[in-house]
Amino acid sequence: MNIGDIREYLGAEVLCGQDGMETEILSACGSDLMSDVLAFVKEKTVLLTGLTNPHVIRTAEMLDVSLIVFVRGKYPSDDILEMAKERGIAIFRTEMTLFEACGVLYTHGLRGGRHKIGE
Amino acid sequence: MANEYIIREKYLVIANDFNAAGDASASIKTTLKKIGVNSALVRRISIAAYEAELNIAIHSEGGEMVLLMNKEDIILQANDHGPGIPDVSLAMKEGYSTAPETARMLGFGAGMGLPNMKRCASDFQITSEVGKGTNIQMVFKVA
Repeated sequence: MNIGDIREYLGAEVLCGQDGMETEILSACGSDLMSDVLAFVKEKTVLLTGLTNPHVIRTAEMLDVSLIVFVRGKYPSDDILEMAKERGIAIFRTEMTLFEACGVLYTHGLRGGRHKIGE
Repeated sequence: MANEYIIREKYLVIANDFNAAGDASASIKTTLKKIGVNSALVRRISIAAYEAELNIAIHSEGGEMVLLMNKEDIILQANDHGPGIPDVSLAMKEGYSTAPETARMLGFGAGMGLPNMKRCASDFQITSEVGKGTNIQMVFKVA
């Protein structure tokens, strides 16, 4: 699955990262708890979250997450989009809830990481 | 052996400054990428650094992060000036947290930080003294 597929499946609006639609995504993580995201996320992951603060971008940066999807129709602030652009992270926005968005991606074959880092 | 370090960087971390928290870890990540450390290891060190930096910002009265590297190891130290952890073994339990609401609103304080640091590192040492501060040292094998 690539970033462009995810845009299509979620009916998402592209807020930044229009050029990276071919980037491959191998797994997904849906959470509003960045503490848990930091413990579970693997490579080539999409992060789905309803939390829109700068630490979502910071967390994604540390984990090499290439796409963040903001759910429940949330718009991040311009500062946050600017941070994402500087770090080469694509940002989408969907009207779906976290549960729905994860369900749709799961149906299309995407899976999550169940093991913590180092396990 | 201190003179054998090929990298020695120090970053200040300010208490309760959630805007700046993450800057030190981002710099550490940039340094490691620049010298060609493999990306999986950079990721593990970056995660551990970010967890440690957030802990200093959330829980302490301020501190510093130190990045050291020699031929075999990358060493990350997180030192703060207090207040110290009364029960370290309790603090190491997943899910145990004393984080205030301000940290929780940002998506942290789930009681995952210290155990996550331990998982990321090849070796993890923590010492803490109430009234003095907490010192963490994480070693990551380069080879």
